[in-house]
Amino acid sequence: MNREDFNMLKNNIVYFDNGATTLKPNCVKEAIVDYYDNYTANAHRGDYKTSLVVDNKYEETRNKIKKFINAKENSEIVFTSGATQSLNYIVFGYFKNKLKKDDEVLITVSEHASNILPWFVLQKEIGIKVKYIELDNDYKVTIDNVKKAITNNTKVISLAHITNVVGDVRPIEEISKLAHKNNILFVVDAAQSIAHTKVDVQKMDIDFLVFSGHKMYGPTGIGVLYGKYDLLEEMSPINYGGGMNAIFTKDGYIELREIPTRFEAGTPNIEGVIGLSSAIDYINNVGIEKIELYEKNLRKYLIDRLKELDFVEVYNYNVDSGSIAFNIKNVFAQDTAIYLDKYNICVRAGNHCAKILSDALKVNNTCRISLSFYNTKEEIDLLINVLKNSKNIYNEIL
Amino acid sequence: MDNNERRNIILSNYQDNTNRKDVDDNDYIKVNSRNASCIDNINIYIKINNNIIEDIKFNGEACVIAISSTVTLIKNLINKNINDALYIINNYEKMVEGLDYDVNVLNELLAFDDISKQPSRKICATLASRKIKEILEKSM
Ligand SMILES: Cc1ncc(COP(=O)(O)O)c(C=O)c1O
Repeated sequence: MNREDFNMLKNNIVYFDNGATTLKPNCVKEAIVDYYDNYTANAHRGDYKTSLVVDNKYEETRNKIKKFINAKENSEIVFTSGATQSLNYIVFGYFKNKLKKDDEVLITVSEHASNILPWFVLQKEIGIKVKYIELDNDYKVTIDNVKKAITNNTKVISLAHITNVVGDVRPIEEISKLAHKNNILFVVDAAQSIAHTKVDVQKMDIDFLVFSGHKMYGPTGIGVLYGKYDLLEEMSPINYGGGMNAIFTKDGYIELREIPTRFEAGTPNIEGVIGLSSAIDYINNVGIEKIELYEKNLRKYLIDRLKELDFVEVYNYNVDSGSIAFNIKNVFAQDTAIYLDKYNICVRAGNHCAKILSDALKVNNTCRISLSFYNTKEEIDLLINVLKNSKNIYNEIL
Repeated sequence: MDNNERRNIILSNYQDNTNRKDVDDNDYIKVNSRNASCIDNINIYIKINNNIIEDIKFNGEACVIAISSTVTLIKNLINKNINDALYIINNYEKMVEGLDYDVNVLNELLAFDDISKQPSRKICATLASRKIKEILEKSM
């Protein structure tokens, strides 16, 4: 649906790589151009009209995001460059000061690298232990397995809401209840869920949440870190400089600005914020519930059609998000992707930044289709036809 | 070489598993080769004796160009002395880069003469040659 809003779709491509980044609706691009054409100025700086417009847009966007994820306060929304930077901020700005040797952090093997590597660094630096919640046969996180993994030393559970390879949806509310009953903080990586299902940080009682603008129809280089106010108060800035200090003196004294400004040192990504603002309006206009339902039906259609092909192996029939991992039997994932590309079908081949998952999947590399609401049954039919004709795949790609 | 011939060579070598196996033998030097930007990832095992390459095996996962070029290269290098082997590799790499090269030593590797026109696949076609070259240079 809404295909007319995306100029990229006029380029005769079938875009099935929405987990990597989504296409941008025209309104996002127009909002950014409008900023450059009509009110270019820095934020939080000027005493003139255009600068004030920028300030207002910037803070309006914060408010929009607050509503979008149902946070309590605008001050709980920090702009970052993306989910990766947000996670690094949480780990090195907050947990590095809070955790001590032998404290345990629970993750899973299907987390994105950005939710694994920062914890590895803390493991090395201060001796915390990174432990893995076991996945069930469908690679899902069950509440029982979370219970089993919790010990007296568990201080953090850090999980994707929806993972980027298998696309399993985690029972966030239940995990959150369990975590808080055990005095554990819960970090949620919403990079893959934010544009596809409702995220409500109060209802889900999430302590820290991260996501990227570019996976939700917004620009690259902008993202969000949400933290409960009390937690953000205890977080240290990672970047120091302009905009984040209230006073500093010659002898080295620094007084920081309030939250969240103290975490946004330097000139921010203003065009990113403005583009993100437009992207959120766009999602709100289409309606997140409508998007979720449409994508769910489309996924079901895709799976049903893939089941017709006995030479295709699908690794995650039993999950509920729009991410499907598959291979043509006996063909290397990248060769399949190159073949599909000949027909302008864009899929991702690889281990999808979840390198340690391959042990669990028992396959190193897969092709991934990740759907969006602008994908259609006709595109899926085309994919199936191209796959059906793949007997001579090597003739075509060599 | 016409496209058909090229394709046939690449495919038949891709499917040739003779040297595609892991080796657990201290007489072999083991080296891993991977392309960070894609997902090619193979282990290579080389046995050198008295300046002669007695055997090369490999195993792993990679695209058709990477695997096939590895198989083809290995066939060309076994039983060569190190100098001759390096001469073959250097000329193969020149071909892949689109430079002038000695056509007389490459045999079936000539099937990859098209790669120079596909910049993104050069790293696939040199997955094995880069690492084998390193080992040979160290063994001289
Ligand atoms: C689950 C998940 N977390 C985090 C990220 C990192 O997002 P970014 O690269 O935008 O920082 C991704 C991106 O692929 C992701 O899929």
